[in-house]
Amino acid sequence: MASSKKGIPKNHVIGFILSLVMTVAAAWAAIRSDLPVTWVIIGIMVLALLQAGVQLFMFMHVIEAGSGGGHVPWNMMFHGFALAAILVAGSLFTMSFGFDHGDHGGGSGGGDEQFEEQPEEHAGH
Amino acid sequence: MAAEELKTGPLEYRSQEGRMGILGFWIFLGAEVVLFATLFATYAVLFGRTADAPTPAELFEPGIVLIMTFLLLTSSFTCGLAVNEMRKGNTKGLTIWMVITLALGVAFLGFEIYEFVHYAHEGATLQSSAYWSAFFVLAGTHGLHVTLGIGWAILLLIQIAKRGLTNKTSRKFFVISLYWHFLDVIWIFIFTSVYLIGMVI
Repeated sequence: MASSKKGIPKNHVIGFILSLVMTVAAAWAAIRSDLPVTWVIIGIMVLALLQAGVQLFMFMHVIEAGSGGGHVPWNMMFHGFALAAILVAGSLFTMSFGFDHGDHGGGSGGGDEQFEEQPEEHAGH
Repeated sequence: MAAEELKTGPLEYRSQEGRMGILGFWIFLGAEVVLFATLFATYAVLFGRTADAPTPAELFEPGIVLIMTFLLLTSSFTCGLAVNEMRKGNTKGLTIWMVITLALGVAFLGFEIYEFVHYAHEGATLQSSAYWSAFFVLAGTHGLHVTLGIGWAILLLIQIAKRGLTNKTSRKFFVISLYWHFLDVIWIFIFTSVYLIGMVI
């Protein structure tokens, strides 16, 4: 709070609080809750995407008229994330989907298979 | 060398050169997203292939990972405040917030190095299995970015102390703020899809 004359901008504070809340919510869902693994994974991936949005829109000025960049900044981010989704989902689809490599402790085998499928669901949207 | 220079608005956007530099950096960030996507894809495909090494569920601890996440989230917030001070023309405020940002970044790196050393002691190294190779390359690439960002920001703070806030130094500082926030975005995905999912399964 050192030297701000007009205080701290509201949207930064809101963005910061939102990201803290979403981090805690994701950690709670993963570690403490009894939700089914599938829902936990979908839920925390959605929270991660929302958090990325908070960073981009609240902190990074991704849409700012004065920049003269028009739509390019958010276009670049959108294309980057679309490619990321295709890369991850495509790699899982070609390399892992339906393939059981259960050579490590049978106990977690079922869980592993579920993992292979989930990221495709989140990456699809 | 813009033909016409704006007289109002944030300094970093006033010259054509500044606007195009920032635009170019957004394009670079798009490429960075794809770079990390390849590492995430590799990690996802190699998930579970731990061979004789410990599994992630055995080694990951929520406490330290949450501390690292909060450190980086807070540093992203203070970095935003530094840009806010820059736009008020307050070099001192910018420097204070950026030094706090960098201190948080160094603390993050310290925890990450401690974590890696701890895993190595437990028998999970770059060489021990396909899974751990993918893990260390993904998390390590992010850590390397943070390290580079810290060095870059220190040099830039020295330059701003010498030259003050001009169109050029403002543009440079805005670009590094984008870089720093971007590292936080990547970390959120590492936190979620590596650590949280690694602990769930």
